[in-house]
Amino acid sequence: MNTTDCAIEARQLVKTYAVRGAKHGIRALDGLDLAVPRGMIFGLLGPNGAGKTTTVKILTSLARPDGGTARVEGIDVLARPGQVRHVIGVVAQRSGADPTATGRENLILQGRLYGMRGGSVRARADELLGHFELTEAAGRLVKTYSGGMQRRLDVALGLMHRPAVLFLDEPTTGLDPEARAAMWQEIARLASRDGLTVLLTTHYLEEADRLADRLAIVDRGRVVTTGEPEELKRELRGDVVQVELPADADARLVRGVLGALNEVRDVVIAGRNVSARSDDGAAAVPVVLAALQRAGINAASVAVARPSLDDVYLRHTGRRYSESGTADRNRSEDQRELVEASK
Amino acid sequence: MATVQSASAPTGAALRPINPAAPNATAFGTTMVHTWYLTGRKLHALVRQPWVLAFSVVQPVIWLFLFGQLFRKVIDIPGFAYHGTYLDYLVPGLIAMNAMANNMWAGMSMIEEIDRGTLNRFLASPASRIGIMNASVVEQAVSTTVQSLIIVGLGLAGGARYHGGVAGVAVMVAASILVGVVFGALSNATGMLLRSREAIIGVYTFFMLPLMFLSSAFMQTRLMPGWMQAIASRNPLNWVVQIGRSAVSAHPGWGAIGVRAGGLAVLAAACVAVSVATFRSYQKNV
Repeated sequence: MNTTDCAIEARQLVKTYAVRGAKHGIRALDGLDLAVPRGMIFGLLGPNGAGKTTTVKILTSLARPDGGTARVEGIDVLARPGQVRHVIGVVAQRSGADPTATGRENLILQGRLYGMRGGSVRARADELLGHFELTEAAGRLVKTYSGGMQRRLDVALGLMHRPAVLFLDEPTTGLDPEARAAMWQEIARLASRDGLTVLLTTHYLEEADRLADRLAIVDRGRVVTTGEPEELKRELRGDVVQVELPADADARLVRGVLGALNEVRDVVIAGRNVSARSDDGAAAVPVVLAALQRAGINAASVAVARPSLDDVYLRHTGRRYSESGTADRNRSEDQRELVEASK
Repeated sequence: MATVQSASAPTGAALRPINPAAPNATAFGTTMVHTWYLTGRKLHALVRQPWVLAFSVVQPVIWLFLFGQLFRKVIDIPGFAYHGTYLDYLVPGLIAMNAMANNMWAGMSMIEEIDRGTLNRFLASPASRIGIMNASVVEQAVSTTVQSLIIVGLGLAGGARYHGGVAGVAVMVAASILVGVVFGALSNATGMLLRSREAIIGVYTFFMLPLMFLSSAFMQTRLMPGWMQAIASRNPLNWVVQIGRSAVSAHPGWGAIGVRAGGLAVLAAACVAVSVATFRSYQKNV
């Protein structure tokens, strides 16, 4: 990818936070690389604690990395943070709106801090209020807004000065399904606008799948893979065969049995769940079940599915998305066992 | 949601930032403009709940009337040497105390803004850092002024007399603003550095009573033990009490007032500079 086409470019970002109890601190970013082409929704997908928010904070000039470089719209974030702030809009995880002011007051102040003046700032505020269906609530204090209304106001605040790059950090976390669906529609519409680049962080697989034109999967402070969602899923080749083992099954034995089969590959055992790839899932199921049975293991359930982002995540990190997260720093080895079938 | 396409930037050109490289105002101009708008936000919130201001002076008012009555005879102590009632004596002390006490809570609203994400929103925007801090300082100054005037008015109603007239009262209030800025800025810095409400409460409990009683707020310093006098003469809260008491007296000592006010102004500027500098440290651990 030609770097001049990149709205965002980060190289080898490292950031460690001092935390009491952790001798060397917590390494939030561990050499993160990122290249976001202009004019698209780029998803940063990863569990909580993967380093997504830290990345956004660095790219938006809020935090300084311990190492690495970052450019937004070609401007060096570390050398010229003041310039970067003019070209970016930021919608942080926590609503930054002032609850003791009205929606319109929030927008107008935001515009003025970006140098907008007089009638144009009011016109822009009214335009966004209308667009985000907040016109009726415009004169109400933000503390009376519902969660969905506050989030829409947050996005409006981020768009007030017509940025070239918009950062959306977990925009739908904490929203009810209805508000989330509305927000998704809104974000998708943003992307269709000419020139606007959106960096969206999310820990919802579905959100990344639906919205992102391209995405990077972040795990433990690094990007483990990047590409279009469809392309990432296609790379996995074929179907996923998922088997649920009985509680007393021996993982080693299962690995040995399935590893010897020609019909499946990429066998991953995570607790009681086994998943494997197959060019023809339907044909592989009876073979898998028979092989397990011969070894004295009766599967509790079996399913065949098209690859999902969960499978992409599993393929690149060695664990299921649902099993990842902040509490997962000391995962046990057996969850990690990734057996490449020798063929 | 509405399907207004025009709600967004209609053309690529409109997406370009507003003068990123060449701001049309000077850095100083921007600071002033941002101070103005950010202060407007703070004052708007203040005006929306004026009763908060009124409630905050309840404590000094209780001190005013309880102490004013309880220690009424204190001025008869040989060597106290004060021309007036003990209530007269007490008002400048309580105005200083109120300014210090209330501004020491400034860090609480700073923490609230951090928790809410408002501070980060401003820091990720081109908002002037000094402007953000100035807004907090001006807000504190306005509320200190209102509170000080409430105490002046209640003192007057209770029988206190201000021989220095309007000018004397104005100087007394101005001094209370300065000490408010000192402690407000330090509280903001504490809030930003430690990001803990407990720390702010701790600083308050640690400093409030000692600084108050190591001043002439309740007792002439010349009646204190020597070591207390030594501390009191270096206690900025005491300077404020002395400025106020002198300014509202029949014969203000303007020279001494000027020196102490100058000292306070320098201290206030230094404390605001420290709190602006804490933005950097905040950025390291944000």
